[in-house]
Amino acid sequence: MPRRLLRDGRVVDDDWLYLTEAAGNGAAPLILTLSQWQNERDVWIARGGRLGVVLSPAHKVELLVPDLARLDLVGAEFAGPSEGRGYSQARLLREHWKFGGELRATGFVRRDQLILMARSGFNSFELPDSEIDNAAAALSTFSFAYQPSNDAGLPLKLQRRPWDTPASA
Amino acid sequence: MDSAMLHATANSLCRANHAFGSLKTRFRGPAQEPPRGCNDIGHKLMLSGNWRTLVHQTYRWSMYRYDVVDKTLVRERVAQFRDQTRRFLAGELTEDEFRHLRLRNGLYIQRHAPMLRVAVPYGLLSSRQLRALGGIARRYDRGYGHFTTRQNIQFNWPKLEEVPDILAELAEVEMHSIQTSGNCIRNTTSDHLAGVSPDELEDPRPWCELIRQWSTFHPEFTYLPRKFKIAVTGAAQDRAASLVHDVGVHIVRGPDGSPGFEILAGGGLGRTPIIGQVVREFLPREHLLSYLEAVLRVYNLEGRRDNIHKARIKILVRSLGIEEFRRRVEAEWENTRAAGPLVTAEEVIRLRGFFDPPAYRSLPDGEPAAGKSTAFRAWYRYNTAAHKVPGYRAVYISLKKPDVAPGDITDSQMELVADLADRYSFGEVRVTHTQNLLLADVEQDKAFELWQTLADAGLATPNIGTLTDMIACPGLDFCSLANARSIDVAKLISDRFDDYDYIYDLGELEIKMSGCMNACGHHHVGHIGILGVDKGGQEWYQITIGGAAGADASLGQVIGPSVPKTDVPETIARLLEVYVERRQPEERFLDTVRRLGIKPFKERVYAASAAA
Repeated sequence: MPRRLLRDGRVVDDDWLYLTEAAGNGAAPLILTLSQWQNERDVWIARGGRLGVVLSPAHKVELLVPDLARLDLVGAEFAGPSEGRGYSQARLLREHWKFGGELRATGFVRRDQLILMARSGFNSFELPDSEIDNAAAALSTFSFAYQPSNDAGLPLKLQRRPWDTPASA
Repeated sequence: MDSAMLHATANSLCRANHAFGSLKTRFRGPAQEPPRGCNDIGHKLMLSGNWRTLVHQTYRWSMYRYDVVDKTLVRERVAQFRDQTRRFLAGELTEDEFRHLRLRNGLYIQRHAPMLRVAVPYGLLSSRQLRALGGIARRYDRGYGHFTTRQNIQFNWPKLEEVPDILAELAEVEMHSIQTSGNCIRNTTSDHLAGVSPDELEDPRPWCELIRQWSTFHPEFTYLPRKFKIAVTGAAQDRAASLVHDVGVHIVRGPDGSPGFEILAGGGLGRTPIIGQVVREFLPREHLLSYLEAVLRVYNLEGRRDNIHKARIKILVRSLGIEEFRRRVEAEWENTRAAGPLVTAEEVIRLRGFFDPPAYRSLPDGEPAAGKSTAFRAWYRYNTAAHKVPGYRAVYISLKKPDVAPGDITDSQMELVADLADRYSFGEVRVTHTQNLLLADVEQDKAFELWQTLADAGLATPNIGTLTDMIACPGLDFCSLANARSIDVAKLISDRFDDYDYIYDLGELEIKMSGCMNACGHHHVGHIGILGVDKGGQEWYQITIGGAAGADASLGQVIGPSVPKTDVPETIARLLEVYVERRQPEERFLDTVRRLGIKPFKERVYAASAAA
């Protein structure tokens, strides 16, 4: 059974495979760890097809910046309920490095953190199967936002305060 | 205008305020037509063409008022937490999952029961809010609350399943418990004399409110390595302990006189007390939020997450060194400031509008203590402070007296103080970081009758800034982290020093006490600090001297081995003996310690116990 995930506010079957899942499937869009990507970068580029890389919390997003144009997906892993580096990774990727592909939250992802993740820039979420069907509603927990952020994963832009970014004003 | 009419007018102004949006809308725009059929006096006042003056005569609270954004967000937060609590009680959330959620709503599981910490943004309360807190203390708790060193209030006995209802009641009076615990940006604290102190460069409260809003539900900074506390001050004296905060924001003027901030980082107490260092000497004010985001982002990405005791920003700043930390923050800021939040001049004006001075009367400065009783004169001297407006004083309400835990207040005392605030201080009350309350705008001529009422209610202990105005955490009686009791030590000290002539002769003296090394009682920055330690299952106390929390902040030095509980008062007595013998004119205890070093104090304390 394919993995289900929440993407752009809808539950969908995942069309991506992790390398460990991809044996015998040469054409599928493929998600690699950063070290898999770095160790055999030329092989993966030669393979062609859509590629994604998942960052661990300690990885600097700058490690991927030279390759962002080649990547259709970047993931950030949340190692546990107190992990928070992925939020900064996501904002940097979206707002500073202008990554426009799929930004996926993996690892410990629960509906209670979804709106924060979506406001930081994640637009897809690997949730436990028990949570996924009710999760989309969590994206509308709040009707307003105090602070600017990219809101890339929200179905609607939130109304914000006047100290919004000059760029989005 | 009598009080009932004042109420009615203010209420209708509040309604008008809702109808018209924020106060600022009214300041900025031309008078608007009220809704058809509206007969509201507030509208009429506004349409009279002279409404600004009238607002100042009738508007009761010089404080931020929620608009539709704030109201909606707080109510949505209550709904979110109600659902989370329900899922936890139904077994759908694990203890650990729920822990992270409840902490971000101020809910701890303590020794006896949950503890709910309610935010008092930068220490400012309206009379209506204080009354609501009193009601909550009565109906959901055991009839009292506890004001903390971060200007918040804690309830020690709520029931978990009732917490969502408490939060809903708080939302009705524009209050919440959002981010009062957990590894996120906590309540922004400030100077309790903001707006009234003669030594103020600029009122910090509009900036505190800006930071409150910006930090609330910040998508990037809600799961930080550890808690994060910001203090803002705008006066020469630092009354907010900003040098021992994760970030201190000081309002300053640039070389050309332009408004801005000095930004400090890396201060903190706890196991590893450190004084904050300057990251940026001058930040133009429009960049405050983008710069804070740069500081927070460096911390969020680089701060340690492998060891809770090394996870505060102070450890990061110390391990990198301030120069390298500054370099990283500045580089991050250069990269992101153009797209970051920008505080416009219009927004500064809008927020300042909420804190416009109340309608002071034109009064001469008087000498209200002249010819009055010794007791009143002592109270007036110690429990009131200078006010920048002639004829007014700021009045402290001491929450320190024997037999009561420092910062504790009963439900009926809260209601009384709310009434007194309405009668004497424009309906506003402040919480000080020294766990007292303050009525900021009292007419000097009314001080005597105010004192009489406070004295009858047990709220006029004339001890602000003196030995018995101790700061203490809840200690082992309530807190599951504590090694030792702090409340009964405070009582032992109060019992030992009950001669007010002696206490006044000692002058300014700050005793601060924590029940464990987490330092909630700020013992490191007490002139005398007392730390509860566990010694083979017994409660012992380590004494430090020479700490200070103000603009000349310093960390106290340990005088020697810890002492048993019963010896704490005598140890303090010996320290004070040395001071009295060796002080120079006008010298505070702190100054004498700084001049002499700890040696003579140490010798007296331990020679005495060796001889005993």
